[in-house]
Amino acid sequence: MDMKTANKKMSAKDKYRLLTRDLSWEPSYRTEEEIFPYLAYEGLKIHDWNKWEDPFRLTMDAYWKYQAEKERKFYAIIDAHAQNNGHLNITDARYLSALKIFLQAISPGEYAAHKGFARAGREFRGVGTQVACQMQAIDEIRHAQTQIHALSNYNKFYNGFHAFADQRDRIWYTSVARSFFDDAMSAGPFEFMIAIGFSFEYVLTNLLFVPFMSGAAYNGDMATVTFGFSAQSDEARHMTLGLECIKFMLEQDPDNLPIVQGWIDKWFWRGFRVLGLVSTMMDYMLPKRVMSWREAWEIYGAENGGALFKDLARYGIRPPKGWDDAEAGIDHMSHQFMLGLYQWSFGTSFHAWIPSDEDLQWLSAKYPTTFDKYYRPRWEHIKKLEAAGTPFKNYGLAKLCQCCQLPTVFTEPADPTLICHREVEYKGDKYHFCSDHCMSIFDNEPEKYIQAWLPMPALFQEPTNGDLGAWMDWVSLKDGQDNGDFADSQDRRNFEMWRGMATSNQ
Amino acid sequence: MPVVALKEYVGVARDRVENFNGKQLVYASWDHHLLFAAPFLLCLAPQTTFAELLETALKPLLQADPDAAAIDWHAVQWLKGNQPWVPNFDASLVANGISHKDQLRFKTPGLNTICAVS
Amino acid sequence: MSTVFIALQTNEETRPIIEAIEMDNPEAVVNREPAMVKINAPGRLVIRRETIEEQLGRSFDMQELNINLITLSGNVVEDEDSLTLTWGN
Repeated sequence: MDMKTANKKMSAKDKYRLLTRDLSWEPSYRTEEEIFPYLAYEGLKIHDWNKWEDPFRLTMDAYWKYQAEKERKFYAIIDAHAQNNGHLNITDARYLSALKIFLQAISPGEYAAHKGFARAGREFRGVGTQVACQMQAIDEIRHAQTQIHALSNYNKFYNGFHAFADQRDRIWYTSVARSFFDDAMSAGPFEFMIAIGFSFEYVLTNLLFVPFMSGAAYNGDMATVTFGFSAQSDEARHMTLGLECIKFMLEQDPDNLPIVQGWIDKWFWRGFRVLGLVSTMMDYMLPKRVMSWREAWEIYGAENGGALFKDLARYGIRPPKGWDDAEAGIDHMSHQFMLGLYQWSFGTSFHAWIPSDEDLQWLSAKYPTTFDKYYRPRWEHIKKLEAAGTPFKNYGLAKLCQCCQLPTVFTEPADPTLICHREVEYKGDKYHFCSDHCMSIFDNEPEKYIQAWLPMPALFQEPTNGDLGAWMDWVSLKDGQDNGDFADSQDRRNFEMWRGMATSNQ
Repeated sequence: MPVVALKEYVGVARDRVENFNGKQLVYASWDHHLLFAAPFLLCLAPQTTFAELLETALKPLLQADPDAAAIDWHAVQWLKGNQPWVPNFDASLVANGISHKDQLRFKTPGLNTICAVS
Repeated sequence: MSTVFIALQTNEETRPIIEAIEMDNPEAVVNREPAMVKINAPGRLVIRRETIEEQLGRSFDMQELNINLITLSGNVVEDEDSLTLTWGN
């Protein structure tokens, strides 16, 4: 029988008080406003910073201990992956497109979140808040590093991974995630916390990471399962920080409610648009699919988000304004998006493809009310064009939303056969949007969003001036290697050849 | 408030017409024809006639849709800025009142081979 | 009653933890997915250190949960003896 050792440790509460709360001091020769200049201008009223509760009461010593253990586990598997040709164990090379999008669009977001939380940790006043933000800042840079490191093993063998950092700044679809984080980081510290800590981490992160990791597990990708889990093990803490943060704001002063509600409305919608990329991954890019985007939304969006907003109703919070329109879009968005990615695949640093008959059947079954009626006929026509030797490429570049920066592929909430056209005029210029919600975000702060760098209009400005070849060079896209249809890609040929070599003696 | 900021803050619009080397942007979309995933972004000189916009910029992009060949361009219904509008085919974009970043939409009732119409 | 949940990685470390959670929460439903175990419960889920220690045969610090935690849903209350997830309604 095991002997239990006597518990000589301090209680978690005492330890937390000594190692966290005790780190703060009252300023004596500078005013609070001088030290924390960004706390007031967003309009939030905070009366007592000590009311901030960290339910995990994690202290720095324990933080380092557990993070170090996560790293050891991570590198053990990354080494095994590299030593055992793990890149040949994935279901097939189509899966790589999901990884490329992740590396180009999401991993840089982790780095952006790192910068944002480092800043928030400095700008907030309460020491509990500061320490929690600092830990999250370190978590986020760890996520960026482990993701880049894990995926560098794929870069040794496949196209499309090599220029993710340049592409984060320059290629078109990555600007969706980039602008999301830029928008949050250029807001004040409280809005930043609602944007990333609450809306993204609590409401939406499950929809990104859980299906993505399960997807990796289903498709034989050990490296990604590992970085995903390693990152996700921090997410529970981040989610809890986000939830505590919103409760703190709401409990401090009743005047905070309308401001917080406005941010929830805004950031739910912005996050939902970023997740559009994930919907294509779940419904189209995983050769072996986990569940449909619709099913994931039911579990992690509708059910979990529903429970959350029911809980927050005691503070007067209602579900985000865009909730119903989001729900209405669930059965459409992955199809609208993937059709776009296919026709614009000459300009993507990953491959797209026409779904096989079996895939089309799966989509019909998962989307019984929408797929056969609206989307199958388009894929069937595209297939016909391909068979006739005139594959469909849409060289008409796309109109982008001034707010979320996605191509405006989305339809009217009540009419799936009509693109949603929204525009406003501000200071003599016209601005276009994908939806009512993106438009209302703009209307609220036009002076911010008129500055958006939209990659499609930018293609016609300096330095590329409308030259598609020059643009490809500028975004580090190797034509004929990184882009185009999967069917005749180098990635596909190489994967099949190498796998053949690995499983036979030829 | 045009932006939440500590002090007065004025943004600089990125996509002002001066940045397009004498050209302008025009958006065009064909209602209920969603083979094309989003409205097209065209970059044209303001002196371009509307007929040239159709012939050289728009029509080549529409070929992939089986309805394209059947369009009677003089019968289509146009919207500009989501309002009904009638183009003058021989006049320039400027003379047609098509300014930078205007959105043109056109409808072709009865043509709906690929996309069901609600 | 809203569902609370916790998801843990599937591995040797979490097997006894999951068993402990099942013992302490008769209403919990355990879903075993690839590489992940997701435990749902109506309104409330409690994870007790003592039960885990009995299953593990060694002492356990509740913060060790952090290593294998994937995600959770609900308001969190944690001390050295337990972690509780709740939704108010």
